[in-house]
Amino acid sequence: MSDLLDRLPYARFLGLQATTEDGVLTVTMPFADHLIGDPMLPALHGGSTAALLEFTAMAQLALTYPALKLPRPINVTIAYLRSGRPVAVQARARISKAGRRVANVLAEAWQDDPSQPIASLTAHFLMADNN
Amino acid sequence: MSFDLNDILPQLANGSAHTHALGFVLEGRDEDRIRLRVPWREDLVGDPDTGVLSSGLVTALLDHVGGMAVWIAAKQFVPIATLDLRVDYMRAAHPRRDLIAEARCYRLTHSIAFVRAWAFEDSPDDPAAAAQSAYIVDSRAGRPAGANLRPSA
Repeated sequence: MSDLLDRLPYARFLGLQATTEDGVLTVTMPFADHLIGDPMLPALHGGSTAALLEFTAMAQLALTYPALKLPRPINVTIAYLRSGRPVAVQARARISKAGRRVANVLAEAWQDDPSQPIASLTAHFLMADNN
Repeated sequence: MSFDLNDILPQLANGSAHTHALGFVLEGRDEDRIRLRVPWREDLVGDPDTGVLSSGLVTALLDHVGGMAVWIAAKQFVPIATLDLRVDYMRAAHPRRDLIAEARCYRLTHSIAFVRAWAFEDSPDDPAAAAQSAYIVDSRAGRPAGANLRPSA
């Protein structure tokens, strides 16, 4: 499954790495200077965390439903819960509903402690590939 | 010390490591509306089969242009943090084309700013994506520079 993210240029730009255990993907975004949005604190740019969450949701859908290839997002909502410190971020997604046309996916991103997420995502994806 | 916000808008567009790496540039300001451009680049593509910019990049662009609209509304640079951000992807962006994002802060309180933003190639009348977002104003709230370098509480 890490092959999917390896194939996508923007996922490579973010340095995303995926591992799978029992069908559940964990995606890691290792810290890199080019992810910083606030140099004073310093803090990760919210856009990099949002993209990590979106790729995690997309890759989890593609893993669970291989026929989808590259699921297309309809919309995403990101809540920023804590500022992202200059260390690695991890993310995991859960498919809460996958119908014939639309899937709803939830994802969370954290740094040291999964119970202290830095951001969460709710997203809808198109299940049909030919739209 | 004070400086004209207009003079620092180009730096606010791409002065951080992330926005610099993404190649954001200030496209212009028209009263309370602000525009950013992200020039198309191979490494910012979401799907290599189509050459379309990644939706995650569009999210980053809309997040950042929204923050710039907050500074315009506040008439100064203040530390802000995105509280939440919703993006509708109405259509795929056009392959191998730059994207422009425009944002407007339509309500600013002491603590929260409310923003809407759009991303398009040519005209905001034909948007590829639209965003609705809220930002915390003065987000550092007394935290000193380097606060995030300490272990988390």
